[in-house]
Amino acid sequence: MKAEHTKIINSYADKLPPLVLKTVEEEVPGNISASNLSKIMEGVIAAYKYAEVHPGESVGLVGAESIGEPGTQMTLNTFHLAGVAEVQVTTGLPRIIEVFDARKEIKTPMMEIYLKSPHNKNMEKVRKFAANIKEMKFEEFVSEYSLSIFDQTLKVVLNKGLLDDNALVAKDLIKLIKTKAKGFNLTSQNEEILFTHKGKTEEIKDLYAIKEKIKDVKVGGVKGLKQVLPVKRNEEYVVLTSGNNLKDVLALPEVDSNRTTSNDIYEIYKVLGIEAARQAIINEVYKVVESQGLNVNIRHIMLVADVMCASGVVKGVTRYGVVSEKASVLARASFETPLKHLFNAALEGEVDDLTSVVENVMINQPVPIGTGLPGLITKMK
Amino acid sequence: MTLDGNKHLLIPKHSKLNESDKKKLLEEYKINVFSLPKITSEDPAIVKFNAKVGDVIKIERDSKTAGTTSYYRVVVES
Repeated sequence: MKAEHTKIINSYADKLPPLVLKTVEEEVPGNISASNLSKIMEGVIAAYKYAEVHPGESVGLVGAESIGEPGTQMTLNTFHLAGVAEVQVTTGLPRIIEVFDARKEIKTPMMEIYLKSPHNKNMEKVRKFAANIKEMKFEEFVSEYSLSIFDQTLKVVLNKGLLDDNALVAKDLIKLIKTKAKGFNLTSQNEEILFTHKGKTEEIKDLYAIKEKIKDVKVGGVKGLKQVLPVKRNEEYVVLTSGNNLKDVLALPEVDSNRTTSNDIYEIYKVLGIEAARQAIINEVYKVVESQGLNVNIRHIMLVADVMCASGVVKGVTRYGVVSEKASVLARASFETPLKHLFNAALEGEVDDLTSVVENVMINQPVPIGTGLPGLITKMK
Repeated sequence: MTLDGNKHLLIPKHSKLNESDKKKLLEEYKINVFSLPKITSEDPAIVKFNAKVGDVIKIERDSKTAGTTSYYRVVVES
């Protein structure tokens, strides 16, 4: 009986989406007859057809209003929670604007690093892993700089405790900073590094310069990860980071490269491709909308994400992004910087076919929306 | 960098359409192949197909509203 139901329901697979079929299968009583089930399916198809968006419906406008109105109720600024051990993230309207504009530099880059099965259970191991991937710069190891004007030398005293924690000695650090310190002789003595000029220059300025230069040398960890925070999520430990470097983190052997994500859409596009970026846009925006207790239908967000990703690269909803792709000069000019568009169009001799909405509003013609969309074709005999 | 066969949660299943399926698709929607949404030939998710310009990539997305949906993108130069 049950198998028969499934067969009938599945025969509608080309007419209804999988989720609808699944819902029908779950909701239908077990003892229903085949003919009644067919009747139900016809009813479902009718209901589905009725709910479909009609051709010519201005979905973009509806979407813009549906996202824009709740947007007015969102918190305008990130608020700070005192004493909560979480990485600070941009939320609310600033975050939505950031995502839709497809900014390349986002305010609070963040990653969620999931670990593979044996590594993610033990708190101590996770903490150790987190400490290992945190970017460490040379300056963190330094406890004292002393510059001798008389000897023309720079003495760097290193923090012994930190060196021991990371199993490093002064010689290892010298290797790392050697390329930055050309023209200097480097010698180490216990926890001290001594910089002396190779030639005979009187310039103390060089020593100052080298001091600033070596501060930024990366000693260990993954570039860009400024803070790390292991937290428990459900049954496992994950590492939250501020700062991101998806490409390098995914290549680490302990990392679960299937679940680890970043909140930087552009980075996701670079590393995982356009479809992943589209999904990330939807996830990020929906997360913000949900966290604010608002209710925006996900279809509107999906539409925006689809438009942003239609050209194969992520384009923001800005005058440089999706708006610049519009075919009509008048439509582009009506958005922002009208003179620029009009001048360029005049220079290039651009032709406007008046096929879309805004340009037809501007010249007072019927817009191709709803009943304005279909044209009539007469067969000439 | 290898991506473990692109098993990342964010990446839906990509596949390359063969010529007859491509023709069927274009006839169904009555469109030119370059009217489809685009994907660059260097997109990390499709480098394994070695796709040429004009090929059509089928994407089977997980959708919150429909279960799964098929989406098509035409390969363009990056």
